[in-house]
Amino acid sequence: MNKDSESIIEFREVSYDVAGARVLSGIDLEIARGETLVLLGESGCGKTTTLRLINRLIDATMGEVRVRARATIDWDPIELRRSIGYVIQDGGLFPHMTVGENVGLPLSLIDRPPANKVGELLDLVHLDPVKFADRFPHELSGGQRQRVNVARALATDPEILLLDEPFGALDALTRRSLQKEFKSLISELGKTAVFVTHDLQEAILLGTRIALMEKGKIVFLGTPAEFSSSTLPLARDYMETIAG
Amino acid sequence: MNFLEFLQANWRELLTLTREHIVIVFVSTLIAVVVGVPLGILLTRSKSLRAPVLGFANVMQTVPSLALFALLIPIPFIGGIGARTAIIALSLYALLPVIRNTFTGITGIDPKLRESATALGMTTWQKLRMLELPLAAPVILTGIRVAVVISVGVATVAAAIGAGGLGTYIFRGLRQNDNNLLLAGAVLSALLALTCDFAIGAIARSFEIGRKKSRTKHIGIVAAGVILASILISIALAGGGRSGERIVVASKDFTESVILAEILAQMLEREGIAVERQLELGGNIPHDGLLAGSLDVYPEYTGTAYTAILKKPPITDPETVYNETKEEYSSRFGLYLSPPLGFANDFAILVRGKVAREANLRTISDAVPLARNWQAGFGQDFMSRSDGYPGFVKAYGFAFSKQPREMDLALTYRALQSSEVDIIAGNSTDGLIAALDLVQLEDTRQYFPPYQAVFVARQAVSKTLEPIFDRLAGAISTEDMRRMNYEVDGRKRTPAEVAGEWVGNN
Repeated sequence: MNKDSESIIEFREVSYDVAGARVLSGIDLEIARGETLVLLGESGCGKTTTLRLINRLIDATMGEVRVRARATIDWDPIELRRSIGYVIQDGGLFPHMTVGENVGLPLSLIDRPPANKVGELLDLVHLDPVKFADRFPHELSGGQRQRVNVARALATDPEILLLDEPFGALDALTRRSLQKEFKSLISELGKTAVFVTHDLQEAILLGTRIALMEKGKIVFLGTPAEFSSSTLPLARDYMETIAG
Repeated sequence: MNFLEFLQANWRELLTLTREHIVIVFVSTLIAVVVGVPLGILLTRSKSLRAPVLGFANVMQTVPSLALFALLIPIPFIGGIGARTAIIALSLYALLPVIRNTFTGITGIDPKLRESATALGMTTWQKLRMLELPLAAPVILTGIRVAVVISVGVATVAAAIGAGGLGTYIFRGLRQNDNNLLLAGAVLSALLALTCDFAIGAIARSFEIGRKKSRTKHIGIVAAGVILASILISIALAGGGRSGERIVVASKDFTESVILAEILAQMLEREGIAVERQLELGGNIPHDGLLAGSLDVYPEYTGTAYTAILKKPPITDPETVYNETKEEYSSRFGLYLSPPLGFANDFAILVRGKVAREANLRTISDAVPLARNWQAGFGQDFMSRSDGYPGFVKAYGFAFSKQPREMDLALTYRALQSSEVDIIAGNSTDGLIAALDLVQLEDTRQYFPPYQAVFVARQAVSKTLEPIFDRLAGAISTEDMRRMNYEVDGRKRTPAEVAGEWVGNN
């Protein structure tokens, strides 16, 4: 097998319990380098839990999750997390640090002073460094905050990005333009992304593949085109939400 | 003397007391922060420690300050007399707000931020340093602010164990019935509390989110503060230990005791013997200090030693009391009792002069029928000791219709003068008796045991002191003592000055 086509993230028979209740069961999933896999589903279906297993914010009850061909439990959690960018819906920025400090934070954690890098990163997400670097998160709009979040996740140039409904709290217009920018950004940078959303339009726009989840299981896995033509009732319900 | 004149005359001493006060508060708060913040952080990590640690800190705050000071005195290393003990006690008081606010400040941080920090690959230490402490800082500083304000208040009580500070003026003012002293001590400590409250409040505000620009400046201030504090600590600790071959002369916290200690101290100094003064100590602290070895000598009364310390039933023969006390002090405590100084300071039953003259009162028995409708006011000491209130009422057949008011001894004089109460038990040598136009009723039934003045000394220093004790034997008359007390209480002169005159003339 050629290294480029090898899966960078793998789930093997993964289950996860919370207080004896099964939240995820029998998740099998391979995510290839460079692809954007969208985890789609309703609240409580287990998509965020699936995401958090990848950077070991939680550990699987059964089965194993592998990142770069190594089981996550064999990774030093700090090292693993530093090699994976992570963006959540809102509130992930540190309120007492400026935009510049927030973006440079992952670099200062590994003793790489962020010098010019912060400017480059802000440029990447279309924020003028001169205008924004010294502002505080509470002085930004929701869209600007999420751009900063993405810039921070990219700071150490990680191979993998995990995103948990990053544009979910934004108004429709801002969301649409951020989705487009994000799509071109990650394809340009060649990142592997796992993207959680409950919005089918977003899933179709961004995903190279869509994994539809229901009650802790993956009930469909395929390309957006395959999803559109699926006969699965839940998939049909989703298609209706964007009909017309 | 009005208040401004008083300030003008005493500003140097006030400045010293204020400095002492600040040092005590500053150092104890610093200790509370150094111990409390890490403890608070630990509590956020360990659930099982939460209840015991917060419980301990809570209990510490409920212990009355004077009791806490007294409990600390016999403890080796941290206890003893002076600023060090006060600092330990105040640190214990200040712990609770610091621990609690550190804990609440950190646990109150948005869990999303914690998760973000974890996902960024921050280590526990990085999370603490870069996220938790900066975000909890305003809450922690509020805790420190509360701690400081509490400490400024409680530190006034520390004067009772010889720690100095503004409480010295408050206690002295109460004793000498002097409003200027009271006012100066109280107003300055209140000002100090307000200033600290304001200053720390300003620093706390600078830590609020979005005030980045001036942060570095404040870190500078904090750092400077820490350095200053370390210097102060070393000064305080250096002053806390016993240095060299000095005789530590102590006194209780009333004028007569201070004057007697001053007389002894000045006589020793005239002999070229180095002396350290630990005056105006509360309660039985001088006795405890002698036993702990942190003090060498203080003036005492045979009656007090006999009944209050040796816990014997009161008897009235002076010689028996003296001899038995001397013997038991030596065998039980290894303490030396000097020959009697010449005068006795007995309990004096006092009424207002006007009342005494109108009703022609001369003896205690004369007052019994009138006292039925009187309000009595007695010091805590008199109410509780075996030769005090219960026996007194029985001996003379008093039947007070109202329960006597139990209050601070110094305040009973004030209360009698202002007709709040009608009869009190003061001290027979008290200068205030004449100053406030009070009349002492004669103890015709000889109920009160004799209170001959003596010095109590540690055996280790008694050889050095003996020649002086011999010179003092029978040398101070009741008249002398009453006059000296009046010079201090009535004419507001310093005990050192009044004692100096006596030493010069004898």
